[in-house]
Amino acid sequence: MTNTALPAIPGVDAVDREQWIQIYQQMSQIRAFEDQANQLYLSAKMPGLTHMYSGQEAVAVGVCEALERDDYITSTHRGHGHCLAKGAQFKPMFAELLGKVDGYCRGKGGSMHIADQDSGNLGANAIVGGSAGIATGAAMSAKMRGTDQVAVCFFGEGALGQGLFYEVMNMAQLWKLPVIYVCENNLYNEYTHYSETTAGELTARAAAFGIQTVELDGQDVRSVYLEAQKLVKQARAGEGPAFLLANTYRFHGHHVGDINRTYYRSKDEEKLWKTERDPITNFGRWLLESKIADQGLLDQITTQVEEEAKAAVAYALDAPYPAEEEVTLHVYASD
Amino acid sequence: MSTQATNAVRELTFSQAVNEALVEEMRRDECVFIIGEDVAEAGTPFKVLEGISDEFGTDRVLDSPISEAGITGLCVGAAMTGMRPVVDIMFGDFITLTMDQMVNQAAKIHYMSGGKLTVPMVMRTTLGATRRSAAQHSQSLHAWMSHIPGLKVVVPATPAEAKGLLKSAIRDENPVIFFEDKLSFQLKGPVPEGEYTIPLGVADIKREGTDITLVGTSSMVDVALQAAEQLAEIGISAEVVDPRTTVPLDKETIIASARKTSRAIVIDEGYEQYGTTAEIASVIADGAFYYLDAPVKRMGAMNVPIPFSPSLEDLTVPDASGVVEVAKQLCNRA
Repeated sequence: MTNTALPAIPGVDAVDREQWIQIYQQMSQIRAFEDQANQLYLSAKMPGLTHMYSGQEAVAVGVCEALERDDYITSTHRGHGHCLAKGAQFKPMFAELLGKVDGYCRGKGGSMHIADQDSGNLGANAIVGGSAGIATGAAMSAKMRGTDQVAVCFFGEGALGQGLFYEVMNMAQLWKLPVIYVCENNLYNEYTHYSETTAGELTARAAAFGIQTVELDGQDVRSVYLEAQKLVKQARAGEGPAFLLANTYRFHGHHVGDINRTYYRSKDEEKLWKTERDPITNFGRWLLESKIADQGLLDQITTQVEEEAKAAVAYALDAPYPAEEEVTLHVYASD
Repeated sequence: MSTQATNAVRELTFSQAVNEALVEEMRRDECVFIIGEDVAEAGTPFKVLEGISDEFGTDRVLDSPISEAGITGLCVGAAMTGMRPVVDIMFGDFITLTMDQMVNQAAKIHYMSGGKLTVPMVMRTTLGATRRSAAQHSQSLHAWMSHIPGLKVVVPATPAEAKGLLKSAIRDENPVIFFEDKLSFQLKGPVPEGEYTIPLGVADIKREGTDITLVGTSSMVDVALQAAEQLAEIGISAEVVDPRTTVPLDKETIIASARKTSRAIVIDEGYEQYGTTAEIASVIADGAFYYLDAPVKRMGAMNVPIPFSPSLEDLTVPDASGVVEVAKQLCNRA
């Protein structure tokens, strides 16, 4: 089996070559980051656990490419991809994963809580659905302050089981807040297929509030980007929230320690997604077929991000842990 | 008071004092806004916010759906991005609906982000029983919030303090929960005109005494003062200490008072088990043990769901005569 070519879609010609290559580079960067993070876990160099974003890269990159740096995102426990796509750098990311003081959160947040105010990342959140209020509140704040900032709330399909979503979607539509709810359906609520937990249609939930909904192939970064552009533009123009359902797949288990998982999904299914639906491979093939890039360039990008990731890991491994007095620092903000 | 008022003192109700604090802060800082159920034209069921939307409009005084978790979450996000929200949670019992947003989000964001993000928001809510409102509209749950590092908790007792403390809470860079006693809303007291604030974390000695310390919070400050009056009649001199905030807690003032009087009763309207009284009693036991002539006593709400029937409900809350009895025992006067 080979990865299938991406279908022809309208609008791709409006995007220039450099931007497509940048998108490829960003997706490759996320994959390289996650591969190194997985190695850190397997070699017992990383405390705790982490949740791999591999397989879902097209969603984070496609959406964040449509955002400005001062737009907001909120992320999830499976959040490395969102953070990187919004502008986070390898070194403080890996340092954070290792609990080092040079990390984005001085080692106090870890893999599930990376926040980077400078790039508009209001934080990854380890309460499923926990950031729905924050993203919607950031959108309300943008509207109140009279900026044209937009907020994007990334979450998995499992978060639709949380009541908070329905409370905030109601208010977002009522008050026409510039927030985009990006639901990444990777099929599994932890170890359970979403069909066993979810009645009705996913998009019907947002549609019930009169929110515009879009469902698309989350493995095709082109369609994610083009659609996100439209929704962001509408939100900026004061037309209110949107709900983007991106159908995708996580290549790894729920977390890096979830190795034996055939009881909830088959190896055949995983193989099918990896060989036929890999968002980076398929996009790379399209770049080649469209003569936007040649194999040499794609290989060069892959090699470069892998080397950067390795160098960042080495940096993070050498970085110091926070000093003991740091434990009581930042419980309260000083006035 | 950190900023001394220079103007005259008027009599205001607790409710008017809260209202005035909000109006002044909204005039001072356009990032301050109010959100909650029936906060605009209705001015809340308690009428505390009456008139505020007339001045500031419904863009800054937002009537929300009945979605306590949702509006609290919105405030967390708004606070992180430059606004200073004041969310109104009508009954303290409903803070249970906001717990993930307060406990896992608001309280932890500053720490989890290594000090990068701040959540300068205020949650105004209520406490207090004996309004015949039964088990779901009568609880005093401030100990829940006081348990969580990252949150500050204010329990004002007088109109003047309500105003000064609320202004400080709004200007604070942290999430602050401000508990107002429902029965105090119509209580009148002297409130200085003009600008003043009261810092969070500074207790107030409401009455000086030498024989026993009565630490009272919120609604129980008045109970302690009444008890002190009755005790004076039988020759027991009671000192009344009001912590004013449970977090930060002014341990020094409480301990100093207990060392001076050598006896202490802690009175609070929250449930007694695992409650505010337990925390403060342990502070006294730790800090004043060698000065004490009697065990530290705690008087909180009975550990039962608050009953509706007046004959039962009144039994659940500490009152002055009960405090007097315990004080007499501690002073060997029973």
